[in-house]
Amino acid sequence: MHALLTGPIFYLSLGVCIIGMIVRFYQYFNGLSWQLDRVAYKQWPARGFKGAIRSIYKWLIPYGTYGWRAQPVMTAAFFGFHIGAVFIPLFLVAHNVFLQEKLGISWFTISTPMADILTWIAVASLCLLILRRLVLPEVRILTDKKDWGILIMSMAPFVTGLLARYQVGDYSFWLNAHILTGEIVLFAIPFTKLSHVFLFFASRAQLGMDFGIKRGGVRGTKMAW
Amino acid sequence: MPEGTLCNKKPVDTAEGITTLLADQSGKTYYEEMKSLDIDSDLLWKTIQNTCKSRIRTWLEICAHCGMCADSCFLYLTNDRDPKQVPAYKIQSTLGEIIKRKGKVDNAFMLHAMEVAWSQCTCCNRCGTYCPHGIDTGIMFGYLRGLLYQQGFVPWEMKIGAGMHRVYQAQMDITNEDFIDTFEWMVEEYEDEYPGLTVPVDVEDADIMYTVNAREAKHYPEDLAEAAILYHIAGEKWTVPSKGWELTSLAMFAGDWAACKIQVDSVYDAMDRLKPKRMVGTECGHAHRATVVEGPYWAGRKDGRPPVESIHYIEWLAEALREGKLKIDPTKRIKEKCTLQDSCNYVRNHGLRDVAREIVSYIVEPGYFVDMAPNREHNFCCGGGGGFNGIGYFRKQRNVGLKCKRDQILATGATLVLAPCHNCWDAIRDLEEEFEIGIKWSFLKPLIIGMLDIPDHLKPEPEE
Ligand code: SF4
Ligand code: SF4
Ligand code: SF4
Repeated sequence: MHALLTGPIFYLSLGVCIIGMIVRFYQYFNGLSWQLDRVAYKQWPARGFKGAIRSIYKWLIPYGTYGWRAQPVMTAAFFGFHIGAVFIPLFLVAHNVFLQEKLGISWFTISTPMADILTWIAVASLCLLILRRLVLPEVRILTDKKDWGILIMSMAPFVTGLLARYQVGDYSFWLNAHILTGEIVLFAIPFTKLSHVFLFFASRAQLGMDFGIKRGGVRGTKMAW
Repeated sequence: MPEGTLCNKKPVDTAEGITTLLADQSGKTYYEEMKSLDIDSDLLWKTIQNTCKSRIRTWLEICAHCGMCADSCFLYLTNDRDPKQVPAYKIQSTLGEIIKRKGKVDNAFMLHAMEVAWSQCTCCNRCGTYCPHGIDTGIMFGYLRGLLYQQGFVPWEMKIGAGMHRVYQAQMDITNEDFIDTFEWMVEEYEDEYPGLTVPVDVEDADIMYTVNAREAKHYPEDLAEAAILYHIAGEKWTVPSKGWELTSLAMFAGDWAACKIQVDSVYDAMDRLKPKRMVGTECGHAHRATVVEGPYWAGRKDGRPPVESIHYIEWLAEALREGKLKIDPTKRIKEKCTLQDSCNYVRNHGLRDVAREIVSYIVEPGYFVDMAPNREHNFCCGGGGGFNGIGYFRKQRNVGLKCKRDQILATGATLVLAPCHNCWDAIRDLEEEFEIGIKWSFLKPLIIGMLDIPDHLKPEPEE
């Protein structure tokens, strides 16, 4: 089982994820239409590019936009989870050892105490996001089964990872469960709402181009995100 | 009865058609007929496949259902935070459903979608700037309106308005002759006060080609005279086209894209004919959006720009005051607490946030101006945008929406609201009527005229 999960299934899930992302990215930008979207993308590439970059990076900064500042608790939970969700999979020592072994690549890693803290913050933040979904009427009305599916899917690798980390019960069981749930996430990224992990950049870039080229950009005004 | 005689899928494009529709008091028969109007699901689905591309599809797909857009919408706030007013919910339960069901929706669904599209969203685009994914629900509602219009599910006034643009290339039944006559007559009225005041019609190669809102010709003709007076005193070489003088577009609110093109082409033709250096449009928000911001795309202009540089009235005014073409008598500056309505259509959606404030700095005595909170590109819609003001069927909902602006104004303590936008001006007038909070409101033109320092040679000769 372990060999299967760390062998063919690992390569497959990673391949599907990366190729899927590339294809969907391409489809996204290929499907933009200057006339239907009413944004002259090609005529103003420099303005469009600047607008896109601004629209992305402003929103990557915690409390960096009016939107984030308007919802301080949500913002804390959002970044609490997403920082963990990006840093842990990519920069955990164990993950890098694994990648080195499988793909012959590895990079910068974070210390174990740091990783522990980030993971716990991520799990706590997820609990907050779940609570929010259960309690706030404006979020409840939007919530459907798929949203729960995505939440559980994203939570599983963290929880199983922690159980393996602290060796609760059968270590190898939790390790396999951790690898499997991680791979499920990889498979799901291109095909579910998890596609937001890369389409976020596409969608933000598009609106940034819209503002940079048309709404305000024409007048040299930078949108105060 | 699938297709009604008044309510049907055909756009109105004759004067008789408009007269017949107008004869139907408040659209009583029209809305009755709508209740049995059939849906052409094939057409609906085909249109979606051809026009709903990656931008909108991705928006609908990746929406995190996080509800962060809720508080950004003034209609959510003024309707006691009704979850059904959350922008994401409004669009997912209408456009999202239509797409999910591949266009197979029934009459009741479409009636509901029409109500949401025109009474629960003014296309102010504020929520788009509060969504982490950059999902602009206002744009999607604009798109949905187009689909609904095509199927005949459009408020009575909007159908008529779009028809007006098709027939008269104006939002009201004003012919080109009527327009010029009114303009000339108004200017004559002021000739004695301002010797040499004229309306230069169809002058080629002028510095400014001026375009207006047809309502000015019909209901506020003084506005035309005021524009002429200000150009006259500023010494501008200006002109009005005898054809293609209408800046507005109710067709945009209606979602009648073909009529949008007809309308904006008429203005661009005037530009091609008269070759002015610039176009200046009147104090109107949606009109600027329609002709200057979105218009180039309807007209098929790849660079997304009108044929000649086109600016909003406040841009011209700020420039004239800055360069001293117009001089303000400092003793006549505004000395009462005043505030400013930032129009979504040219502030959030065209970057003019600082221009109006520059004008304020010239015309308001320091210490008397108070900004609303929030303001600039984060300002709330006046409450009547996107056609909301004009739809009798949704008047109650509109009046609820006005509460947001009412409270914003009250919080400033201002008694005068500068409203350089026709729609905002109307909404603020209506909110005063509805809630009587004791405010005045005004366009900029009359205020500026009242405080000008007019050079001697432009003053009337003293009578002997
Ligand atoms: S803020 Fe954006 S992602 Fe969240 S519910 Fe609203 S539209 Fe969807
Ligand atoms: S565009 Fe404006 S009115 Fe429409 S949903 Fe968004 S915030 Fe509300
Ligand atoms: S009427 Fe004015 S404030 Fe209201 S939507 Fe239009 S531009 Fe915005």
